Formats: sequence, structure tokens, C-alpha cells
Amino acid sequence: MNSESQKYLFEYCLRIGDTNMILAQRLGEWCGHGPILEEDIALTNISLDLLGQAREFLTYAGQVEGKGRSEDDLAYFRGEREFRNFLISEQPNGDFGQTILRQFLVSTFQYYFFEALKKSNDKTISALSEKSMKEVTYHLRHCSEWVKRLGDGTEESHQRMVSAINELWMYTGDIFEMNEADKVLIKEGIAVDLSPIKSLWENKVKDVFSQATLSVPENVFMILGSNEGKHTEHLGHMLAEMQSLTRAFPGATW
Amino acid sequence: MVWDLLRQIPDPEIPVITISDLGVLRDVSMENGKIVVTITPTYSGCPAMKAIELDILSVLRENGIDAKIKTVYSPAWTTDWMSDEAKEKLRVYGISPPIRNPKSEIRNIVCPRCNSSNSELISQFGSTACKALYRCKDCREPFDYFKCH
Repeated sequence: MNSESQKYLFEYCLRIGDTNMILAQRLGEWCGHGPILEEDIALTNISLDLLGQAREFLTYAGQVEGKGRSEDDLAYFRGEREFRNFLISEQPNGDFGQTILRQFLVSTFQYYFFEALKKSNDKTISALSEKSMKEVTYHLRHCSEWVKRLGDGTEESHQRMVSAINELWMYTGDIFEMNEADKVLIKEGIAVDLSPIKSLWENKVKDVFSQATLSVPENVFMILGSNEGKHTEHLGHMLAEMQSLTRAFPGATW
Repeated sequence: MVWDLLRQIPDPEIPVITISDLGVLRDVSMENGKIVVTITPTYSGCPAMKAIELDILSVLRENGIDAKIKTVYSPAWTTDWMSDEAKEKLRVYGISPPIRNPKSEIRNIVCPRCNSSNSELISQFGSTACKALYRCKDCREPFDYFKCH
């Protein structure tokens, strides 16, 4: 692999690892605050799965980069502009409905994405995708059921889901953005074209929304930028909290 | 000999089954005069994997063997690797074992206490990431189900 492809592969792994790590952090905020015990456990279990996947992808990213950076180095010592997580992952949790909706939208993407990425020519990416798929299948099942129950629930739960859709929809375009890295890696059979994934995602979302008596928004202006490290205001605050201890005591161990 | 030592190591969370029953222990080999134990993680975020690694290293060290652990992700771990004996051990312990056909998973989970299949799902996520929470509608007891993976 030439050094340009290597750089692109590093970026590609960061997108997956960073998105999962930031989402895991958001879901972790629910620990002890879930609306019912079973959901407290469910959200934190999903968080744990995502964190495990993040560790695997960030570790691999460090290996691909070849500069000796470990998963911890990447997690704790990069600034916002170096993070490649989807913008939707750093959005605040909001209420339970908004958290569930965010997870549903991302898990639907990951389901079709990892399914396709299993066929990657890169053996590690292929293995990690196959593994992640199994876990994402449960995340998707859990969240789509809740979207239906909340959407087709009470007047209040329905309203809250409508507000959640209005809050989050503008960040869904960012998920499917591709750049030069994608072009090069797709040619090498390592990455996947996100256009067919987007169609699958749209169909699934439409299907679940219609069962939930919710409407899919149209003509929404999309906020983009995660591929270039251009994030919304929230990421900086999250990283400050996540990184303050390690930055204050670099090299410290338990 | 090393294999015999390792295949008795119990799972830290579910001590009635061993890491060999689970399919976590994959291989033992020799590389440059050093023992290499190959394991594969169950769930990506499973926190018990760290405990399993430490158990492997300490059991071997107690027997004077210095070893290295190698983690592989492929082939992806699946509950299909669990033996029927291991599944029975789970059931006796009170955990409903994974069934083979995931499509019927939501409906036919059998209560490990009274054997009724009249059960209902409470949550896809139970006491650990690998288990779901069910309730038996006949004997009215809740129970964990080891999810098909």
C-alpha cells in the first residue's frame, strides 16, 4: 500500500472509531439516569459494544498510520479538528426519544455499512465489520422497536419524536459524505460506496417511520464537515471533559 | 499439557462454563520458543476478556510457563461454537442457552427453571451485553437468555 492510500485508510478507520467512541460517550451519560432500569442497562450495553468496536478500529488506525500511536494516544491526545466522527454522534442526548432516534439513524447506517464492508479486501476491516455487524443487529432491533412505540404512542411521545427528528435530521447528510479518501479506497476494494447504502438507509427509515406514524422530513439543509474535522460546538466540550485528566497527567497509568 | 491447563479456566462471569466451552480459547502454539495462546473476543466491548487474559497468564505462570496472548477477530466468534454440554451447563445454572436459529429467537425461548416456552422478552440487553432478559409467563420468574451471536 502506498503512503497516500495508507493516509486515507487511517482517516477511514478514524471515521468509524471516532463515531463509535463519541456515541459511546453520549450513551454513557445515561448511566444511572435511564427512564426505567431495563433501558438504563440497554443504553449502557449498546455504549459498551460501541466502545469495544471503537477500540478495535482506533487500534487498527494507529497501526495503519505507522507512527506508534496507540488507541489511547488517538483517543486522548487529538483535538477536534483531528476527529472524524459523524456530526450526529456528538449531538446532545436530549430526551430518551431523541437518544433512541439518534441511535436508530446511526445503527441503520452501520447495519448496511458493515454488511457491505465485510467484503473489504483489507482483512482486518473485513473481520471487524463482520464482528460489529452481529452487535449492530441487536442495536437496530432495539432502537427500531422503540421508535415505533414512541412514535405511535401517546400524544406526548409522538410530539417528542417529531421534535427529535427536527433536531437531528440536518445531521443525517453528513453520514453519507464521501471524499478523495473514499474514491481511492473504493478503487482498491477496501472501502464501500455509500450511495447504495444511502438508498437502503432511506428505505429502512421510511418503513420504520411509517409504522411509527412519523414523517420523513424533506428539503432540509444539511450540515456537513466531519470528513474534514469541522465539527459542531458540542465536540469541543465533550473532548475537554474526556481528555482533561490524561492531558493533565500524560503517561499516567492506573 | 498447556491446553489441559487452559481449557479448565472458567468464564469470569459465568463460572459454570470454561473459556474452551465458550469457544474463546482458539489455539496454543509455539513461536520462537515461547508459548502463544490465541483467543478471540466474544462481544467487542466485553469487559471479561481482560479478566480472561489475566487468568490465562497467571495459570500458566503458576505452572512455570511464560506465555504471550494473541487476539484474533476472524473467524468471528459465534455462539454456534458452544457445545451442547456447555449449553446444558448454562441451563442448569439458570441461563437459557443460545438457540441455533436466530429467526425464531424472539418467540421460543425456554425457561431454564420450568421448561415452559411461554416466555416474553423484557429487554434485549440483560445483566451483561451477551444476555437478554426474559420472563416466564408460567412460573413467573425472570431469567437471562444467552443471545445468539
